[in-house]
This record gives sequence, C-alpha cells and structure tokens, in this order.
Amino acid sequence: MAELLPELLAVRGVSVRFGGVQALTEVDLTARAGDITSVIGPNGAGKTTLLGVINGAVTPLGGSVRLDGADLSGRPIFERAAAGVVRTFQNLEIFSNMTVLENVMTGGHLHAGYTLLDSLLRTPRFRREEKRLAALCREKLDFVGLAHKAHLPAADLPYGEQRLLEIARAIAVEPKLLLLDEPAAGMNNKETQQLGAIIRRIRGELSIGVVLVEHDMELVMDVSDRITVLNFGRILAEGTPREIQDNPEVVAAYLGED
Amino acid sequence: MAVSARSLQLAVFAGLLAAAPLALPNDYYINILILCCFNALIVMGLNLLMGYAGQVSLGHAAFFGLAAYTTAFVTATAGLPVWAGVPAGIAVSALVAWLIAVPTLKLQGNYLAMATLGFGIIVSIVFNEAVNITGGPSGFVGIPRLKLLGYAFTSDTAYYYLAAGVLWLATLVSRRIIDSRTGRALRAIHVSEQAAQAMGVDIARHKRFVFVLSAVYAGVAGTLYAHHLTFVAPSSFGFNFSVQLITMVVLGGMASLWGAVAGAFFLTSLPEFLRVFEEMDILIYGAMLVACMMFMPSGLVGGLGKLAAWLKRKLTANPTPGQKPGQKPGLKADSRG
Amino acid sequence: MLFGAPQYLVSGLTVGATYGLTALGFTMIYNTTGIINFAQGEFVMLGGMLSVVLLKAGLPLPLAILAAVLCSALAGCLMERAVIRPVGRAAPVNLVIITIGVSILVRGVVMLIWGKDTFALPAFSGAKPLRFLEASVQPQSLWVLAITLLVLGALKLFFSRTIHGKAMLACACERKAAALMGISVERMAMFSFGMSGFLGAVGGAILTPITLTSYDVGVMLGLKGFAACILGGLGNPFGAAAGGLILGVLESFGAGFISSAYKDAFAFIVLLLLLFVKPTGLFGGPKSDRV
Repeated sequence: MAELLPELLAVRGVSVRFGGVQALTEVDLTARAGDITSVIGPNGAGKTTLLGVINGAVTPLGGSVRLDGADLSGRPIFERAAAGVVRTFQNLEIFSNMTVLENVMTGGHLHAGYTLLDSLLRTPRFRREEKRLAALCREKLDFVGLAHKAHLPAADLPYGEQRLLEIARAIAVEPKLLLLDEPAAGMNNKETQQLGAIIRRIRGELSIGVVLVEHDMELVMDVSDRITVLNFGRILAEGTPREIQDNPEVVAAYLGED
Repeated sequence: MAVSARSLQLAVFAGLLAAAPLALPNDYYINILILCCFNALIVMGLNLLMGYAGQVSLGHAAFFGLAAYTTAFVTATAGLPVWAGVPAGIAVSALVAWLIAVPTLKLQGNYLAMATLGFGIIVSIVFNEAVNITGGPSGFVGIPRLKLLGYAFTSDTAYYYLAAGVLWLATLVSRRIIDSRTGRALRAIHVSEQAAQAMGVDIARHKRFVFVLSAVYAGVAGTLYAHHLTFVAPSSFGFNFSVQLITMVVLGGMASLWGAVAGAFFLTSLPEFLRVFEEMDILIYGAMLVACMMFMPSGLVGGLGKLAAWLKRKLTANPTPGQKPGQKPGLKADSRG
Repeated sequence: MLFGAPQYLVSGLTVGATYGLTALGFTMIYNTTGIINFAQGEFVMLGGMLSVVLLKAGLPLPLAILAAVLCSALAGCLMERAVIRPVGRAAPVNLVIITIGVSILVRGVVMLIWGKDTFALPAFSGAKPLRFLEASVQPQSLWVLAITLLVLGALKLFFSRTIHGKAMLACACERKAAALMGISVERMAMFSFGMSGFLGAVGGAILTPITLTSYDVGVMLGLKGFAACILGGLGNPFGAAAGGLILGVLESFGAGFISSAYKDAFAFIVLLLLLFVKPTGLFGGPKSDRV
C-alpha cells in the first residue's frame, strides 16, 4: 500500500567525511509523501549529518539529494528551504532576540509578498501582507498550542515550548518536507506524547512529509511509517517499525544496547 | 498599539530635534549639535549592521571619509556643483561597501573585526598619502558650502535643520526596515545563521544589503560634513573615529534605534562637558567608557529601560492574582524601542 | 632587483619580533578569557616609556628595563582584577569596549605625567653596525631577535613543563572542564593578563632603542599585534609569533621595494587578501568564534 505513495525525498549514495572521520558511507534514504520516516541509530551514527546533507548545511563527497524529482545537490540552504526542505535543530536555534510570533514570522519570510520599497513606503500591500502573515503565523502557533504566548520574548519560553516553537517556525515556511532533529530531547513524557500527536497532524492536516531523527524509541515506533537504522555512518536496516523491532541485527547493534 | 507607540516616538523625536536649537545660547553649540546629528546618522547605520544583524565593523570611519573626500574632489577640484558631489560621495561609499561586502562578511567574529579594521586603516593611509587628491595630512581646503535648489545653507541654524531633518528621515527608514521581513531576517542572522538560512533567508544578500545601507548612512553624513566644515583632514576618518562609532553603538544600546541616537549625542557632546577638566578630559573619557560598560552593560537605553521597568513594577506592586507578568500584549514590542 | 633584500629582511624581523610578542600577549588573554584586549598595545608602550623614565631616574639600563617590564605585568594583573573580573561573563563586544576604555585611560595617564614628547633609549651594546652578508645590522637588532627567541623558548618550557603552563593550556581548551579540575579560571585570567603585560613590555623595551617611543605608539603596535595573531590564526601561540615575524618582513619589503609611504598599509592589504582566501588565518582551525 505504502508503495503507491510518490517518492518525496530521494537521497542516494551520500558519503561525508569530516577531516579523517568517515561520517556517512553510501547512504540512501527515501521518504514518501504522507509518510513519517524515522532515522535512528546510536550516538555518532551520522543522523544529524544526514539531515545536514538533506538541507544543505553539510556538503557530501558524493551522492545526490532529490526532492519531488528535482535535484537539490549543491544548492545552498536557503534555496532548499524555498524548494520545500526545512529543518529544526537538535541544539535549539531559537531567535532569542525576537518575540514568539516574530520567530514564526521569520519562518514566513518567503511568504511575505512585498518588496523593500513596500516596507519603506508602508504601502497598502505591505500592511495587507504583514497582517496576512501575522494571522497565518498565529495559526501555526495555535497548531502547536503556543498561540497564547505569541507576544512573549522567545527566550522566556521553557525548553519544551521552545522545541514546539521551532516546529511552528519550520511549518510557517510551508515546506513539503520537514526534518525534525531530536524534537523530544529534554521533554517529559506528557510533552513527548503531545509532540507525537503534533507530528501526526503535520503529516495528516498539513500534508507535510516528515523525516524524524529521534532517540525516544517509544515515540519513533509509535509515529513512524518507515524506519532507517544508521550505524557507524552506514545503513544497517530499513523497514516498518515492526520489521525493525524484529530485525536481530538492529536489536544486537542498537536496541539491545539500552 | 505598537504601531501608534512607534509613530508617537518618531513625533516626539521630531519635536525634540526641532526645539533643540532654541534651548542653546549660541552658534558654537549649534555646531556641536550638527556634529551630533552627523554622528548619530553614522551610528544608526552601524547599529543596523552591528546591533541588528550582528556584524561588527571596525572600519566604518572609512565610508564616512570616502564620501567626504569624494564630494570635496568633485566640487572643489573638478568644479562641479554640490548637487553632483553629494550623490557622487554617497555612491562611492556604497560602491566600495558593495565590493568588499561579499568576501568580508563571510568572515566571522574576530576575523571580521580584523578585516574591517584593516580596511579602515588602509583607507585612512590612502587619505594621508594620496596628497595630490586629498591634500595629505594637512587636509583638503576650500570645499564649497552646501547649496541646494538655489538655497545656500549659510547660517548654522539652517544647516542644523537640514542635518536634523536627514537624521529624522534616516530614523524613519531604519524603523520601517526593522519592522519588516528584512528586519526580521537581519535579527535572525544575528542569532543563528544556520536557522536563518533554513527559513529561506539568503544571508549573504542580507548581510551585503545592510552593509551597503550602513555605508550609505555614513556616506550621507560624510558629504554633509564636508560641505559644512568646508575642510576635511584624514585624522577625522581614522581608526580612532571607527572605535568611537562602535562605542557610541554599544554605549547607546545595541539593537536599539534610540540607543544609537542617545549614544551618538552623548559621546559627541561629552568632550564639550569635559572641557572644564582641561588636560584630564581624555582620562575621564576613558574612565567613563569603562564605567558605563561595567555598570550599564546594555547601554544607556537599556539602563533607562531597566529603570523604567523597575519603576513600573514598584508602581503596579499588586497585580491581579493569577495573571502572569508580561502577559499583556505589546509589552515587549514597545520596550525594545 | 633584490638589492637590499637582506637589509629589509633583518629590519623586518626586528620589528616583527615585537609584533610577535604583542601577538603572543593577545593570544594568551584570548585563550584563557576569550577577550580581544585592545589595551595590549599600551603594554608595549609602557615597556618602552617606563624604561626611559626609570633610566632617567638613575637606574642602570638593565634594571630599568626589568623594573619597567615588571610594572607592566603588574598593570596587566591590575587591569584584570579591576575591570575584567567584576563584569564576569559580559558580551564580548562590551569587554572589547572596556579594554578600549582602559587603553585610552592608560594613554591619558602617561601623557599627563610625561607629556607628548618622543623619547629614546640607548642601544644595549653600542650603535656601531655590524656587516652581515650585504646587510648592515644594528647590534640592537640582534638583541631584539635573541631576547625574543629566549622568551619564546621560555614560554615553550613553561607550557610543557610547569603546572601553571599546563593549567593555562587546559583553560584554553575548555574553561568549564578546567574549572571542574580545580583550576582557578579567575587566577588563570589574571595570570594571563600579567603575562601579556610582561610580553608586550619586553617587546616595547627592546624595540625602543631602534624606533623611539612616545605616549601614543601603543595604538599602531597594538593593531599590528592583533593583525599578527589573526594572520597566524587566533588562539595559536606559535601562529601568533610567526604571524608577527611575517608581518614585519612583509612591511619592511613593501616599504623597501614598493613605497615607504604605504608601509603600514601593506601588512593590512596582505592580511585582507589572506582572510578572503583562508578565513581563519594561516594556522587557524576550521572553526572561529563570534564576537
């Protein structure tokens, strides 16, 4: 059934070296539209590096990254964002010098349909577009449950809410593909459950494909359609959560470790 | 709410600028006020670059000087009218900024500081050594006074109102840029280039834009300066002035429009107040710099803001139960200035 | 075409040695505290000026220099204790402005006490030039190079052999970890300021017989020192010293072969070009810190 969905993201044969360290070796990753695809693996397996390759922060030695069939390889980060790939960050990268709403409106940067001249002259188009953007961004905040904090300084939010803010900011870009880098890190059980629901709604209500890098196995097994397991920069296994849980190699290399 | 508060601030600022000369006894003070306006103009641009976008420039005096010397050359040496010299001066500043922006702004932190510092020093050495064009260390004399549309700005008061008007306009432009997608992108770059790019912000383009914009501010100030004094010398555009500009930004308050104005007016007029100490003035200047940074780390505006917040808390000491502090909308937006 | 090259090389290395010592001072403070100390050039000035003053007061030359150097080291410690430590973890740009304020203050004090005149210091062992290859070498140049090498050697031993030196390296690598290991980061910071004062003053004192001194020589020397440590890659002591020598030689060759009027510009032009190609200096790592 899942095979019928069109291929959204196709990473093929990606290798990365940092100095003398081989971070990724010939890695493939496929994410289908409407799927939640998780990447798991022990610390240092290369998960965050793989996200970096997809969004353009890391330049691979070889291999290709395609989104909806279009080759993104070699294109800078901001162009990939425009093409529809957005990520969140493992170490929070909240814009601490702005309010919560302004953070999300920065996510809407590409959707503010006015020029510099419009902002200088405060044209009707500027006012209309800023209003529309603010409303849109409030919706995104509402989506993650932070609408009531729109005007607080972002730096004042507790840790778990900053993670949600990152997600709201990312979906304000209106991407086709959202890369989540350990969104549950530092969250308690209840917050993680809410996060799981939000991730499902991102796929279901917003029709955004999700690639999830996460250590919380309960969350991963709960929300994922497909899982890819990385170990020492190589792909160890790929399959449904069921298949992965039953895979003896994975159990040996990774799950057994816990 | 926030919008009207900001319009009010701009209106008050216009009123203060208009009323300032009335409170001063003579032309000497008007001249200091004019210098304050020039410096505030440069500092406002530098604050957009440093305070908002987070990119240090230790060579901003160069852009001020490039414009001043260009218009001096165009009007006095080449004999063209002032209305040609002023745009030429601004254009040269902008062009040079545009050319060095891309390789320079790739650098980070201390390396960026070094590169801009080096650029500033190179330019100031050229001002000193290209004697044929600049007049060398003894300066460039005989720059015509400003004359626009048949009106000659002969009185200092007239020139002040011109400078103040330009400053006010620059404030308006800055305000409108800050409160737009461009301003948000610049602030985003300050905190995290990674995240800004991930949101689709072309950071190289934005950095270049704000760098050139700040050079234009400095250029406008430079041309007005040259046609006001009718004389320029390289010592006004050296490393020391670049450092003074940065000090004005930080002392006023980073990422605050009013901070830039406050810092520039304060530090430009300070030496005048210190004159009574005669030779001790430089000592006191240095000591005040250290003391301000030690005891008011967020600058004059930040310090005043804290004081205001403290007073506000004192006055509203009994909030309604259950209401968390800071939940009122617009509270933060206003306080940032 | 290369006429005079050995001459330029020698004079470049001589000045470069002082740049190198200044740059080492920058590096030392940067490594333990993360601060770019814009008062570094004032240490160099103090080294020269205090030597002159103490010599005039009747001390013999070696003693005058020793006392001047120790005073500057003390000034460094004092600076850390008085204005750096109290602000703790302030924003880097604020700290930079504090150091700029200190440099203005120090310059002001020196100007008030000893005036704006230019002073000379006698050469350590006569002024009769020696012939070496095609160059005529001032004996003082040899003193400068020898003392610089001696200081570098001593520093190397200090870092590799002594507890203090090792602790300083640990501070440079990881401040938090160093604190956990029981190394007093505060004491290290004070020590690094003292060391910087010492190094800068040595550079100032040994160069003064060649270049003279006055209350305001510290500005340019400080900037050159900063340029040298950026050239070498910020944070790398070896790079800083090498950067200083390279800068001195570049300047000297530029002045000799191209134009002496633009002497001060060459170093910065080369530095800019280098940074455009290699954004973290010659020997710098791939990452850099933000201001």
